Amino acid sequence: MTTRSARRWPPAQIALTAVAATLSLVWLAPLAWALSTSLKTPTESVTSPHWIPEHVTLDSWKEVLRAGDIPNWFVNSVVVSVSVTVIVLLVAALAGYGFARTEFRGKGALMGLTMAGLMFSPAILGVPLFTTVQSLGMVDTYWGMILPQCAPAAMVYILYKFFQGLPRELEEAAFIDGAGRWRIFFTIVLPLSKPSLSAVGIFTFIASWNNFLWPYMVTNNPDLMTMPNGIATVQNAFGIVWPQLMAGGLIAGLPLIIVFVFFQSQIVRGVAHTGLAGQ
Amino acid sequence: MSSTTLATAGRTARPRAAAGADSARLRWSRRLQHGGWFVAPFLVLYGLFVILPVVRGLYLSFTDANISGDHTGFVGLANYREALRDPLVWDSLWHSTQFTLYVVPLIVLVALLMALIAHHTTHFKWLWRLCFFVPFLLPSAVVGNLWWWLFQPTNGMVNHVLGLDTPWLTQKSTAMLAVVVATLWWTVGFSFLLYLAALQNIPQHLYEAAGLDGANALQRMLYITVPNLRSITGLVLALQVLASLQVFDQAVVMYQFGPGPEESTRTFVQYTLEQGFTSYRVGYASAISFVLFVIIAAVALARMWLVKSREEATR
Repeated sequence: MTTRSARRWPPAQIALTAVAATLSLVWLAPLAWALSTSLKTPTESVTSPHWIPEHVTLDSWKEVLRAGDIPNWFVNSVVVSVSVTVIVLLVAALAGYGFARTEFRGKGALMGLTMAGLMFSPAILGVPLFTTVQSLGMVDTYWGMILPQCAPAAMVYILYKFFQGLPRELEEAAFIDGAGRWRIFFTIVLPLSKPSLSAVGIFTFIASWNNFLWPYMVTNNPDLMTMPNGIATVQNAFGIVWPQLMAGGLIAGLPLIIVFVFFQSQIVRGVAHTGLAGQ
Repeated sequence: MSSTTLATAGRTARPRAAAGADSARLRWSRRLQHGGWFVAPFLVLYGLFVILPVVRGLYLSFTDANISGDHTGFVGLANYREALRDPLVWDSLWHSTQFTLYVVPLIVLVALLMALIAHHTTHFKWLWRLCFFVPFLLPSAVVGNLWWWLFQPTNGMVNHVLGLDTPWLTQKSTAMLAVVVATLWWTVGFSFLLYLAALQNIPQHLYEAAGLDGANALQRMLYITVPNLRSITGLVLALQVLASLQVFDQAVVMYQFGPGPEESTRTFVQYTLEQGFTSYRVGYASAISFVLFVIIAAVALARMWLVKSREEATR
Protein backbone atom coordinates (compact mmCIF):
# COMPACT_ATOMS: atom_id res chain seq x y z
CA MET A 1 0.00 0.00 0.00
CA THR A 2 2.66 2.49 1.02
CA THR A 3 4.91 1.49 -1.86
CA ARG A 4 2.04 2.02 -4.24
CA SER A 5 1.22 5.54 -3.08
CA ALA A 6 4.91 6.34 -2.95
CA ARG A 7 5.14 5.31 -6.57
CA ARG A 8 2.22 7.55 -7.51
CA TRP A 9 3.53 10.48 -5.48
CA PRO A 10 7.34 10.52 -5.66
CA PRO A 11 8.89 13.61 -3.99
CA ALA A 12 9.57 15.30 -7.34
CA GLN A 13 5.91 14.94 -8.27
CA ILE A 14 4.78 16.40 -4.95
CA ALA A 15 7.07 19.39 -5.45
CA LEU A 16 5.88 19.90 -9.02
CA THR A 17 2.25 19.70 -7.99
CA ALA A 18 2.87 22.26 -5.26
CA VAL A 19 4.39 24.64 -7.81
CA ALA A 20 1.45 24.07 -10.14
CA ALA A 21 -1.04 24.72 -7.35
CA THR A 22 0.73 27.92 -6.29
CA LEU A 23 0.85 29.25 -9.82
CA SER A 24 -2.81 28.36 -10.31
CA LEU A 25 -3.74 30.27 -7.16
CA VAL A 26 -1.83 33.31 -8.40
CA TRP A 27 -3.68 33.10 -11.72
CA LEU A 28 -7.08 32.74 -10.06
CA ALA A 29 -6.52 35.44 -7.44
CA PRO A 30 -7.61 38.39 -9.63
CA LEU A 31 -10.86 36.62 -10.45
CA ALA A 32 -11.41 35.73 -6.81
CA TRP A 33 -10.82 39.37 -5.88
CA ALA A 34 -13.32 40.48 -8.51
CA LEU A 35 -15.91 38.04 -7.17
CA SER A 36 -15.26 39.14 -3.60
CA THR A 37 -15.57 42.82 -4.56
CA SER A 38 -18.81 42.20 -6.42
CA LEU A 39 -20.33 40.71 -3.25
CA LYS A 40 -19.41 43.69 -1.08
CA THR A 41 -21.39 46.86 -0.57
CA PRO A 42 -19.93 49.89 -2.40
CA THR A 43 -18.81 51.33 0.95
CA GLU A 44 -17.14 48.13 2.07
CA SER A 45 -15.30 47.83 -1.25
CA VAL A 46 -13.38 51.05 -0.60
CA THR A 47 -12.62 50.49 3.08
CA SER A 48 -9.46 48.62 3.99
CA PRO A 49 -8.95 45.76 1.51
CA HIS A 50 -9.87 42.21 2.59
CA TRP A 51 -10.78 38.99 0.79
CA ILE A 52 -13.93 37.86 2.60
CA PRO A 53 -16.85 40.31 2.48
CA GLU A 54 -18.26 41.14 5.92
CA HIS A 55 -21.78 41.46 4.56
CA VAL A 56 -22.27 39.30 1.51
CA THR A 57 -24.80 41.00 -0.74
CA LEU A 58 -26.02 40.37 -4.26
CA ASP A 59 -27.21 43.96 -4.64
CA SER A 60 -24.54 44.89 -7.18
CA TRP A 61 -25.36 41.91 -9.39
CA LYS A 62 -29.06 42.73 -9.21
CA GLU A 63 -28.44 46.41 -9.81
CA VAL A 64 -26.27 45.72 -12.87
CA LEU A 65 -28.82 43.32 -14.32
CA ARG A 66 -31.72 45.68 -13.65
CA ALA A 67 -30.47 49.20 -14.26
CA GLY A 68 -27.78 48.68 -16.85
CA ASP A 69 -28.36 47.65 -20.43
CA ILE A 70 -26.57 44.39 -19.83
CA PRO A 71 -29.37 42.07 -20.97
CA ASN A 72 -29.62 44.13 -24.13
CA TRP A 73 -25.84 44.11 -24.71
CA PHE A 74 -25.86 40.39 -24.07
CA VAL A 75 -28.38 39.82 -26.85
CA ASN A 76 -26.34 42.06 -29.18
CA SER A 77 -23.21 40.08 -28.39
CA VAL A 78 -24.97 36.79 -29.08
CA VAL A 79 -26.40 38.05 -32.38
CA VAL A 80 -23.05 39.42 -33.54
CA SER A 81 -20.84 36.51 -32.42
CA VAL A 82 -23.15 33.77 -33.66
CA SER A 83 -23.59 35.47 -37.04
CA VAL A 84 -19.85 36.05 -37.39
CA THR A 85 -19.08 32.44 -36.48
CA VAL A 86 -21.61 30.98 -38.92
CA ILE A 87 -20.56 33.24 -41.79
CA VAL A 88 -16.84 32.70 -41.16
CA LEU A 89 -17.23 28.92 -41.01
CA LEU A 90 -19.14 28.81 -44.27
CA VAL A 91 -17.04 31.33 -46.16
CA ALA A 92 -13.67 30.10 -44.91
CA ALA A 93 -14.47 26.44 -45.48
CA LEU A 94 -15.57 27.13 -49.05
CA ALA A 95 -12.53 29.28 -49.76
CA GLY A 96 -10.09 26.91 -48.08
CA TYR A 97 -11.48 24.06 -50.16
CA GLY A 98 -11.48 26.15 -53.33
CA PHE A 99 -7.83 27.04 -52.87
CA ALA A 100 -6.76 23.54 -51.81
CA ARG A 101 -8.65 21.39 -54.27
CA THR A 102 -9.76 23.27 -57.33
CA GLU A 103 -8.11 25.02 -60.20
CA PHE A 104 -9.19 28.32 -61.66
CA ARG A 105 -7.59 31.21 -63.40
CA GLY A 106 -5.66 33.55 -61.14
CA LYS A 107 -5.63 31.12 -58.21
CA GLY A 108 -2.00 31.68 -57.35
CA ALA A 109 -2.39 35.45 -57.34
CA LEU A 110 -5.56 35.34 -55.25
CA MET A 111 -3.94 32.99 -52.77
CA GLY A 112 -1.03 35.40 -52.46
CA LEU A 113 -3.43 38.27 -51.93
CA THR A 114 -5.18 36.30 -49.19
CA MET A 115 -1.89 35.55 -47.46
CA ALA A 116 -1.01 39.24 -47.57
CA GLY A 117 -4.19 39.83 -45.60
CA LEU A 118 -2.62 38.05 -42.63
CA MET A 119 -0.63 41.24 -42.07
CA PHE A 120 -3.64 43.56 -41.81
CA SER A 121 -5.76 43.83 -38.72
CA PRO A 122 -8.56 46.12 -37.62
CA ALA A 123 -6.01 47.82 -35.38
CA ILE A 124 -3.98 48.89 -38.42
CA LEU A 125 -6.89 49.37 -40.78
CA GLY A 126 -9.21 50.99 -38.24
CA VAL A 127 -9.65 54.44 -39.72
CA PRO A 128 -9.91 53.52 -43.44
CA LEU A 129 -12.07 50.51 -42.56
CA PHE A 130 -14.40 52.83 -40.72
CA THR A 131 -14.69 55.25 -43.65
CA THR A 132 -15.34 52.27 -45.96
CA VAL A 133 -18.11 50.95 -43.72
CA GLN A 134 -19.42 54.50 -43.43
CA SER A 135 -19.64 54.84 -47.20
CA LEU A 136 -21.53 51.54 -47.33
CA GLY A 137 -24.03 53.10 -44.91
CA MET A 138 -23.39 50.47 -42.24
CA VAL A 139 -22.32 52.57 -39.26
CA ASP A 140 -24.49 51.82 -36.23
CA THR A 141 -25.97 48.67 -37.74
CA TYR A 142 -25.61 44.97 -36.96
CA TRP A 143 -24.20 44.35 -40.45
CA GLY A 144 -21.58 47.02 -39.88
CA MET A 145 -20.44 45.16 -36.77
CA ILE A 146 -20.69 41.69 -38.29
CA LEU A 147 -19.43 41.73 -41.88
CA PRO A 148 -16.00 43.33 -41.35
CA GLN A 149 -15.23 40.48 -38.94
CA CYS A 150 -16.09 37.90 -41.61
CA ALA A 151 -13.04 37.98 -43.90
CA PRO A 152 -10.36 36.26 -41.83
CA ALA A 153 -7.46 35.23 -44.05
CA ALA A 154 -6.01 33.22 -41.15
CA MET A 155 -9.02 30.91 -40.93
CA VAL A 156 -8.97 30.34 -44.70
CA TYR A 157 -5.31 29.44 -44.41
CA ILE A 158 -5.89 26.96 -41.58
CA LEU A 159 -8.67 25.19 -43.46
CA TYR A 160 -6.67 25.32 -46.69
CA LYS A 161 -3.84 23.45 -44.98
CA PHE A 162 -6.30 20.94 -43.56
CA PHE A 163 -8.04 20.23 -46.88
CA GLN A 164 -4.69 19.77 -48.58
CA GLY A 165 -4.00 16.95 -46.17
CA LEU A 166 -7.22 15.04 -46.87
CA PRO A 167 -6.81 12.00 -49.10
CA ARG A 168 -8.11 12.77 -52.59
CA GLU A 169 -9.28 9.23 -53.25
CA LEU A 170 -12.53 9.69 -51.32
CA GLU A 171 -13.57 12.63 -53.43
CA GLU A 172 -12.56 10.87 -56.64
CA ALA A 173 -14.55 7.79 -55.72
CA ALA A 174 -17.62 9.89 -54.94
CA PHE A 175 -17.24 11.74 -58.20
CA ILE A 176 -17.04 8.53 -60.20
CA ASP A 177 -20.21 7.44 -58.40
CA GLY A 178 -21.85 10.52 -59.90
CA ALA A 179 -21.76 13.00 -57.02
CA GLY A 180 -21.32 16.66 -57.99
CA ARG A 181 -18.68 19.05 -56.71
CA TRP A 182 -20.95 20.71 -54.17
CA ARG A 183 -22.43 17.46 -52.97
CA ILE A 184 -18.95 16.07 -52.42
CA PHE A 185 -18.06 19.17 -50.45
CA PHE A 186 -21.10 19.10 -48.19
CA THR A 187 -21.54 15.34 -47.70
CA ILE A 188 -17.96 14.06 -47.72
CA VAL A 189 -15.45 16.81 -47.12
CA LEU A 190 -17.24 18.80 -44.41
CA PRO A 191 -18.07 15.82 -42.19
CA LEU A 192 -14.40 14.77 -42.35
CA SER A 193 -13.35 18.26 -41.29
CA LYS A 194 -15.16 18.47 -37.96
CA PRO A 195 -12.04 18.91 -35.79
CA SER A 196 -10.73 21.73 -37.95
CA LEU A 197 -14.09 23.37 -38.32
CA SER A 198 -14.76 23.27 -34.60
CA ALA A 199 -11.33 24.77 -33.92
CA VAL A 200 -11.99 27.58 -36.37
CA GLY A 201 -15.51 28.05 -35.04
CA ILE A 202 -14.45 28.18 -31.40
CA PHE A 203 -11.71 30.70 -32.11
CA THR A 204 -13.89 32.87 -34.24
CA PHE A 205 -16.54 32.87 -31.54
CA ILE A 206 -14.10 33.77 -28.75
CA ALA A 207 -12.51 36.52 -30.83
CA SER A 208 -15.86 37.93 -31.85
CA TRP A 209 -17.44 37.74 -28.40
CA ASN A 210 -14.45 39.55 -26.95
CA ASN A 211 -13.92 41.95 -29.84
CA PHE A 212 -13.73 45.41 -28.39
CA LEU A 213 -12.03 47.65 -30.92
CA TRP A 214 -14.31 47.21 -33.91
CA PRO A 215 -17.73 47.49 -32.23
CA TYR A 216 -16.28 50.44 -30.30
CA MET A 217 -15.44 52.22 -33.54
CA VAL A 218 -18.55 51.39 -35.50
CA THR A 219 -21.31 52.00 -32.94
CA ASN A 220 -22.33 55.12 -31.10
CA ASN A 221 -25.82 53.95 -30.29
CA PRO A 222 -25.83 52.40 -26.77
CA ASP A 223 -28.71 50.12 -27.83
CA LEU A 224 -26.39 48.38 -30.32
CA MET A 225 -23.40 47.96 -28.03
CA THR A 226 -21.97 44.53 -27.35
CA MET A 227 -21.04 43.37 -23.86
CA PRO A 228 -17.34 44.31 -23.79
CA ASN A 229 -18.13 47.64 -25.27
CA GLY A 230 -20.98 48.58 -23.02
CA ILE A 231 -19.05 47.47 -19.97
CA ALA A 232 -16.00 49.56 -20.85
CA THR A 233 -17.63 52.76 -22.01
CA VAL A 234 -21.01 53.20 -20.41
CA GLN A 235 -20.35 52.05 -16.88
CA ASN A 236 -17.57 54.55 -16.44
CA ALA A 237 -20.01 57.33 -17.18
CA PHE A 238 -22.01 56.49 -14.03
CA GLY A 239 -19.00 57.13 -11.82
CA ILE A 240 -17.10 54.23 -10.39
CA VAL A 241 -19.01 51.76 -8.25
CA TRP A 242 -16.43 48.98 -7.97
CA PRO A 243 -18.77 46.15 -6.93
CA GLN A 244 -21.00 46.90 -9.91
CA LEU A 245 -18.06 47.19 -12.26
CA MET A 246 -16.79 43.78 -11.12
CA ALA A 247 -20.24 42.18 -11.25
CA GLY A 248 -20.68 43.49 -14.79
CA GLY A 249 -17.26 42.17 -15.79
CA LEU A 250 -17.99 38.74 -14.39
CA ILE A 251 -21.34 38.65 -16.18
CA ALA A 252 -19.57 39.52 -19.44
CA GLY A 253 -16.89 36.91 -18.87
CA LEU A 254 -18.96 34.04 -17.51
CA PRO A 255 -20.58 32.72 -20.70
CA LEU A 256 -17.25 31.83 -22.31
CA ILE A 257 -15.85 30.48 -19.05
CA ILE A 258 -18.84 28.16 -18.70
CA VAL A 259 -18.47 27.08 -22.33
CA PHE A 260 -14.79 26.39 -21.68
CA VAL A 261 -15.45 24.27 -18.61
CA PHE A 262 -17.79 22.07 -20.65
CA PHE A 263 -15.74 21.89 -23.85
CA GLN A 264 -12.28 22.07 -22.37
CA SER A 265 -10.72 19.24 -24.32
CA GLN A 266 -12.17 20.39 -27.66
CA ILE A 267 -10.92 23.93 -27.11
CA VAL A 268 -7.48 22.77 -26.06
CA ARG A 269 -7.30 20.55 -29.13
CA GLY A 270 -8.53 23.48 -31.20
CA VAL A 271 -5.72 25.74 -30.00
CA ALA A 272 -3.19 23.04 -30.67
CA HIS A 273 -4.61 22.40 -34.08
CA THR A 274 -4.81 26.01 -35.25
CA GLY A 275 -1.54 26.94 -33.60
CA LEU A 276 0.42 24.06 -35.01
CA ALA A 277 -0.96 24.80 -38.47
CA GLY A 278 0.83 28.12 -38.31
CA GLN A 279 4.09 26.49 -37.34
CA MET B 1 1.40 11.42 -57.96
CA SER B 2 -2.26 11.69 -58.82
CA SER B 3 -2.41 15.17 -57.37
CA THR B 4 0.23 16.53 -59.71
CA THR B 5 -1.37 15.05 -62.81
CA LEU B 6 -4.73 16.44 -61.81
CA ALA B 7 -3.36 19.84 -61.08
CA THR B 8 -1.46 20.16 -64.33
CA ALA B 9 -4.35 18.75 -66.33
CA GLY B 10 -6.59 21.36 -64.82
CA ARG B 11 -4.20 24.19 -65.38
CA THR B 12 -2.76 23.65 -68.84
CA ALA B 13 -4.90 22.08 -71.48
CA ARG B 14 -8.59 22.71 -71.12
CA PRO B 15 -9.89 21.53 -74.50
CA ARG B 16 -7.03 19.33 -75.62
CA ALA B 17 -6.42 17.05 -72.66
CA ALA B 18 -9.34 14.96 -73.95
CA ALA B 19 -7.01 12.68 -75.82
CA GLY B 20 -5.74 9.75 -73.85
CA ALA B 21 -6.63 10.35 -70.21
CA ASP B 22 -9.32 8.14 -68.80
CA SER B 23 -12.64 9.86 -68.98
CA ALA B 24 -13.67 10.00 -65.33
CA ARG B 25 -10.37 11.57 -64.38
CA LEU B 26 -10.79 14.05 -67.16
CA ARG B 27 -14.31 15.08 -66.29
CA TRP B 28 -13.13 15.45 -62.72
CA SER B 29 -10.33 17.74 -63.70
CA ARG B 30 -12.59 19.80 -65.92
CA ARG B 31 -14.99 20.26 -63.06
CA LEU B 32 -12.10 21.56 -61.02
CA GLN B 33 -12.07 24.68 -63.08
CA HIS B 34 -15.31 25.84 -61.53
CA GLY B 35 -13.51 26.25 -58.23
CA GLY B 36 -13.80 29.98 -58.53
CA TRP B 37 -17.29 29.77 -57.07
CA PHE B 38 -15.99 28.23 -53.87
CA VAL B 39 -13.67 31.14 -53.31
CA ALA B 40 -16.12 33.82 -54.43
CA PRO B 41 -18.00 34.56 -51.16
CA PHE B 42 -14.75 34.96 -49.29
CA LEU B 43 -13.27 37.16 -51.98
CA VAL B 44 -16.30 39.46 -51.93
CA LEU B 45 -16.03 40.01 -48.17
CA TYR B 46 -12.26 40.18 -48.31
CA GLY B 47 -12.37 42.69 -51.14
CA LEU B 48 -14.89 44.89 -49.36
CA PHE B 49 -13.40 44.82 -45.86
CA VAL B 50 -9.68 44.27 -46.39
CA ILE B 51 -8.56 45.21 -49.91
CA LEU B 52 -10.86 48.21 -50.31
CA PRO B 53 -9.90 49.78 -46.94
CA VAL B 54 -6.21 49.21 -47.70
CA VAL B 55 -6.48 50.91 -51.09
CA ARG B 56 -8.72 53.61 -49.68
CA GLY B 57 -6.40 54.18 -46.73
CA LEU B 58 -3.42 54.47 -49.03
CA TYR B 59 -5.29 57.03 -51.13
CA LEU B 60 -6.53 58.96 -48.08
CA SER B 61 -3.01 59.11 -46.70
CA PHE B 62 -2.12 61.46 -49.57
CA THR B 63 -5.08 63.76 -48.85
CA ASP B 64 -6.25 66.00 -46.05
CA ALA B 65 -9.58 64.15 -45.74
CA ASN B 66 -11.64 64.60 -42.60
CA ILE B 67 -14.08 62.13 -41.05
CA SER B 68 -17.12 63.12 -43.13
CA GLY B 69 -15.20 62.39 -46.33
CA ASP B 70 -15.44 65.85 -47.87
CA HIS B 71 -12.57 68.30 -48.16
CA THR B 72 -10.24 65.77 -49.68
CA GLY B 73 -7.54 67.85 -51.26
CA PHE B 74 -4.50 65.99 -52.53
CA VAL B 75 -1.52 66.92 -50.39
CA GLY B 76 1.15 64.56 -51.72
CA LEU B 77 3.58 63.33 -49.09
CA ALA B 78 2.74 66.09 -46.62
CA ASN B 79 1.08 63.70 -44.13
CA TYR B 80 4.10 61.38 -44.15
CA ARG B 81 6.49 64.29 -43.74
CA GLU B 82 4.41 65.56 -40.84
CA ALA B 83 4.37 62.10 -39.28
CA LEU B 84 8.15 61.95 -39.26
CA ARG B 85 8.30 65.26 -37.41
CA ASP B 86 5.37 64.59 -35.06
CA PRO B 87 6.80 63.86 -31.58
CA LEU B 88 3.61 62.05 -30.58
CA VAL B 89 4.13 59.55 -33.41
CA TRP B 90 7.55 58.71 -32.03
CA ASP B 91 6.35 58.72 -28.42
CA SER B 92 3.43 56.42 -29.07
CA LEU B 93 5.56 54.18 -31.28
CA TRP B 94 8.07 53.93 -28.45
CA HIS B 95 5.32 53.07 -25.93
CA SER B 96 4.07 50.22 -28.10
CA THR B 97 7.64 49.02 -28.65
CA GLN B 98 8.40 49.28 -24.95
CA PHE B 99 5.29 47.25 -24.17
CA THR B 100 6.36 44.63 -26.73
CA LEU B 101 9.88 44.40 -25.34
CA TYR B 102 8.57 43.79 -21.82
CA VAL B 103 5.65 41.53 -22.49
CA VAL B 104 6.90 39.15 -25.19
CA PRO B 105 9.83 37.58 -23.29
CA LEU B 106 7.65 37.33 -20.18
CA ILE B 107 4.90 35.55 -22.06
CA VAL B 108 7.32 33.11 -23.69
CA LEU B 109 9.01 32.26 -20.40
CA VAL B 110 5.87 31.96 -18.29
CA ALA B 111 4.00 30.02 -20.98
CA LEU B 112 6.88 27.57 -21.31
CA LEU B 113 7.13 27.18 -17.54
CA MET B 114 3.39 26.56 -17.26
CA ALA B 115 3.46 24.04 -20.09
CA LEU B 116 6.36 22.10 -18.56
CA ILE B 117 4.56 22.01 -15.23
CA ALA B 118 1.22 20.95 -16.70
CA HIS B 119 2.92 18.37 -18.91
CA HIS B 120 4.99 16.73 -16.20
CA THR B 121 2.46 16.64 -13.37
CA THR B 122 0.60 13.36 -13.21
CA HIS B 123 -2.51 14.59 -11.40
CA PHE B 124 -5.07 17.38 -11.93
CA LYS B 125 -3.71 18.28 -15.38
CA TRP B 126 -7.17 19.55 -16.36
CA LEU B 127 -7.20 21.86 -13.34
CA TRP B 128 -3.89 23.55 -14.19
CA ARG B 129 -5.01 23.91 -17.78
CA LEU B 130 -8.24 25.54 -16.64
CA CYS B 131 -6.57 27.95 -14.21
CA PHE B 132 -3.84 29.08 -16.62
CA PHE B 133 -6.14 29.49 -19.61
CA VAL B 134 -9.27 30.99 -18.06
CA PRO B 135 -8.22 34.69 -18.17
CA PHE B 136 -7.77 34.40 -21.94
CA LEU B 137 -11.54 33.98 -22.24
CA LEU B 138 -12.31 37.40 -20.75
CA PRO B 139 -13.07 40.38 -22.98
CA SER B 140 -10.27 42.93 -23.08
CA ALA B 141 -12.56 45.57 -21.61
CA VAL B 142 -13.20 43.39 -18.58
CA VAL B 143 -9.47 42.77 -18.19
CA GLY B 144 -8.83 46.51 -18.34
CA ASN B 145 -11.45 47.33 -15.73
CA LEU B 146 -10.35 44.46 -13.51
CA TRP B 147 -6.70 45.52 -13.39
CA TRP B 148 -7.65 49.16 -13.03
CA TRP B 149 -9.29 48.03 -9.79
CA LEU B 150 -6.55 45.57 -8.74
CA PHE B 151 -3.86 48.24 -9.09
CA GLN B 152 -5.71 50.87 -7.00
CA PRO B 153 -3.18 52.16 -4.47
CA THR B 154 -5.17 51.88 -1.23
CA ASN B 155 -7.96 49.36 -1.96
CA GLY B 156 -6.46 47.20 -4.70
CA MET B 157 -5.48 43.56 -4.46
CA VAL B 158 -1.91 44.01 -5.71
CA ASN B 159 -0.80 46.33 -2.94
CA HIS B 160 -2.83 44.37 -0.37
CA VAL B 161 -1.06 41.13 -1.27
CA LEU B 162 2.41 42.65 -1.65
CA GLY B 163 2.04 44.92 1.40
CA LEU B 164 2.91 48.02 -0.64
CA ASP B 165 1.29 51.35 -1.29
CA THR B 166 2.65 51.94 -4.81
CA PRO B 167 0.51 54.23 -6.98
CA TRP B 168 0.93 51.89 -9.96
CA LEU B 169 -1.42 53.66 -12.34
CA THR B 170 -0.57 57.28 -11.59
CA GLN B 171 3.20 57.36 -11.86
CA LYS B 172 5.10 57.18 -15.11
CA SER B 173 7.62 54.57 -13.95
CA THR B 174 5.02 51.84 -13.31
CA ALA B 175 2.18 52.79 -15.67
CA MET B 176 3.28 50.63 -18.59
CA LEU B 177 4.42 47.85 -16.27
CA ALA B 178 0.84 47.62 -15.01
CA VAL B 179 -0.40 47.10 -18.57
CA VAL B 180 2.30 44.45 -19.08
CA VAL B 181 1.27 42.54 -15.95
CA ALA B 182 -2.40 42.66 -16.92
CA THR B 183 -1.57 41.46 -20.43
CA LEU B 184 0.66 38.64 -19.22
CA TRP B 185 -2.09 37.41 -16.91
CA TRP B 186 -4.69 37.71 -19.64
CA THR B 187 -2.98 36.23 -22.71
CA VAL B 188 -0.32 33.81 -21.51
CA GLY B 189 -2.85 30.96 -21.56
CA PHE B 190 -2.92 30.86 -25.34
CA SER B 191 0.85 30.46 -25.72
CA PHE B 192 0.77 28.00 -22.83
CA LEU B 193 -1.63 25.77 -24.78
CA LEU B 194 0.58 25.98 -27.87
CA TYR B 195 3.61 24.86 -25.85
CA LEU B 196 1.61 22.13 -24.18
CA ALA B 197 0.51 20.78 -27.56
CA ALA B 198 4.09 20.92 -28.82
CA LEU B 199 5.33 19.01 -25.76
CA GLN B 200 2.71 16.34 -26.28
CA ASN B 201 3.77 16.08 -29.92
CA ILE B 202 7.36 15.14 -29.09
CA PRO B 203 7.59 11.40 -29.82
CA GLN B 204 7.85 9.43 -26.59
CA HIS B 205 10.36 7.00 -28.10
CA LEU B 206 13.00 9.74 -28.20
CA TYR B 207 12.87 9.92 -24.40
CA GLU B 208 12.84 6.15 -24.08
CA ALA B 209 15.89 5.82 -26.31
CA ALA B 210 17.70 8.55 -24.40
CA GLY B 211 16.78 6.83 -21.15
CA LEU B 212 18.29 3.58 -22.41
CA ASP B 213 21.43 5.48 -23.32
CA GLY B 214 21.60 6.69 -19.74
CA ALA B 215 20.63 10.32 -20.25
CA ASN B 216 19.46 12.03 -17.06
CA ALA B 217 16.47 14.34 -16.76
CA LEU B 218 18.50 17.48 -17.44
CA GLN B 219 20.12 15.98 -20.53
CA ARG B 220 16.77 14.81 -21.84
CA MET B 221 15.47 18.32 -21.36
CA LEU B 222 18.43 19.98 -23.08
CA TYR B 223 18.88 17.56 -25.97
CA ILE B 224 15.32 16.47 -26.69
CA THR B 225 12.75 18.88 -25.28
CA VAL B 226 14.47 22.18 -26.07
CA PRO B 227 15.34 21.44 -29.73
CA ASN B 228 11.85 20.10 -30.34
CA LEU B 229 10.30 23.32 -29.04
CA ARG B 230 12.34 25.57 -31.29
CA SER B 231 9.81 25.95 -34.06
CA ILE B 232 6.83 26.50 -31.74
CA THR B 233 8.88 29.15 -29.93
CA GLY B 234 9.38 30.90 -33.25
CA LEU B 235 5.64 30.84 -33.81
CA VAL B 236 4.81 32.10 -30.31
CA LEU B 237 7.38 34.89 -30.61
CA ALA B 238 6.06 36.00 -33.98
CA LEU B 239 2.41 35.94 -32.92
CA GLN B 240 3.16 37.82 -29.71
CA VAL B 241 5.34 40.48 -31.32
CA LEU B 242 2.73 41.15 -33.99
CA ALA B 243 -0.10 41.30 -31.45
CA SER B 244 1.86 43.39 -28.94
CA LEU B 245 2.84 46.08 -31.43
CA GLN B 246 -0.89 46.54 -32.00
CA VAL B 247 -1.74 46.81 -28.29
CA PHE B 248 -4.71 49.03 -27.62
CA ASP B 249 -7.76 47.68 -25.75
CA GLN B 250 -6.51 46.84 -22.28
CA ALA B 251 -4.28 49.92 -22.11
CA VAL B 252 -7.01 52.41 -22.97
CA VAL B 253 -9.52 50.78 -20.64
CA MET B 254 -7.05 50.76 -17.73
CA TYR B 255 -6.47 54.48 -18.29
CA GLN B 256 -10.09 55.38 -19.12
CA PHE B 257 -9.29 56.16 -22.76
CA GLY B 258 -6.71 58.71 -21.69
CA PRO B 259 -2.96 58.77 -22.39
CA GLY B 260 -1.89 57.61 -18.91
CA PRO B 261 0.30 59.48 -16.40
CA GLU B 262 2.51 62.00 -18.20
CA GLU B 263 1.13 60.52 -21.43
CA SER B 264 3.25 57.45 -20.85
CA THR B 265 0.82 54.75 -22.02
CA ARG B 266 -0.54 56.21 -25.25
CA THR B 267 0.00 53.38 -27.72
CA PHE B 268 0.48 53.76 -31.44
CA VAL B 269 -2.95 52.37 -32.36
CA GLN B 270 -4.49 54.72 -29.81
CA TYR B 271 -2.77 57.67 -31.44
CA THR B 272 -4.00 56.76 -34.92
CA LEU B 273 -7.56 56.44 -33.62
CA GLU B 274 -7.28 59.74 -31.74
CA GLN B 275 -6.20 61.42 -34.96
CA GLY B 276 -9.01 59.77 -36.92
CA PHE B 277 -11.91 59.96 -34.51
CA THR B 278 -11.06 62.78 -32.09
CA SER B 279 -9.21 65.19 -34.34
CA TYR B 280 -11.15 63.97 -37.42
CA ARG B 281 -7.94 63.95 -39.48
CA VAL B 282 -8.63 60.84 -41.50
CA GLY B 283 -5.90 61.55 -44.04
CA TYR B 284 -3.22 61.93 -41.41
CA ALA B 285 -4.52 58.95 -39.41
CA SER B 286 -4.32 56.78 -42.55
CA ALA B 287 -0.75 57.88 -43.17
CA ILE B 288 0.42 56.94 -39.69
CA SER B 289 -1.50 53.65 -39.92
CA PHE B 290 0.70 52.77 -42.85
CA VAL B 291 3.77 53.48 -40.78
CA LEU B 292 2.59 50.75 -38.40
CA PHE B 293 1.75 48.49 -41.32
CA VAL B 294 5.28 48.76 -42.67
CA ILE B 295 6.65 47.72 -39.28
CA ILE B 296 4.21 44.81 -38.97
CA ALA B 297 4.96 43.67 -42.52
CA ALA B 298 8.70 43.83 -41.84
CA VAL B 299 8.30 41.60 -38.76
CA ALA B 300 6.07 39.15 -40.64
CA LEU B 301 8.41 38.94 -43.62
CA ALA B 302 11.45 38.55 -41.38
CA ARG B 303 9.77 35.57 -39.74
CA MET B 304 8.88 34.02 -43.09
CA TRP B 305 12.45 34.44 -44.22
CA LEU B 306 13.80 32.92 -40.99
CA VAL B 307 11.47 29.92 -41.23
CA LYS B 308 12.44 29.37 -44.84
CA SER B 309 16.15 29.59 -44.24
CA ARG B 310 15.84 27.22 -41.28
CA GLU B 311 13.91 24.73 -43.40
CA GLU B 312 16.57 24.90 -46.06
CA ALA B 313 19.31 24.46 -43.47
CA THR B 314 17.71 21.31 -42.07
CA ARG B 315 17.11 19.83 -45.49
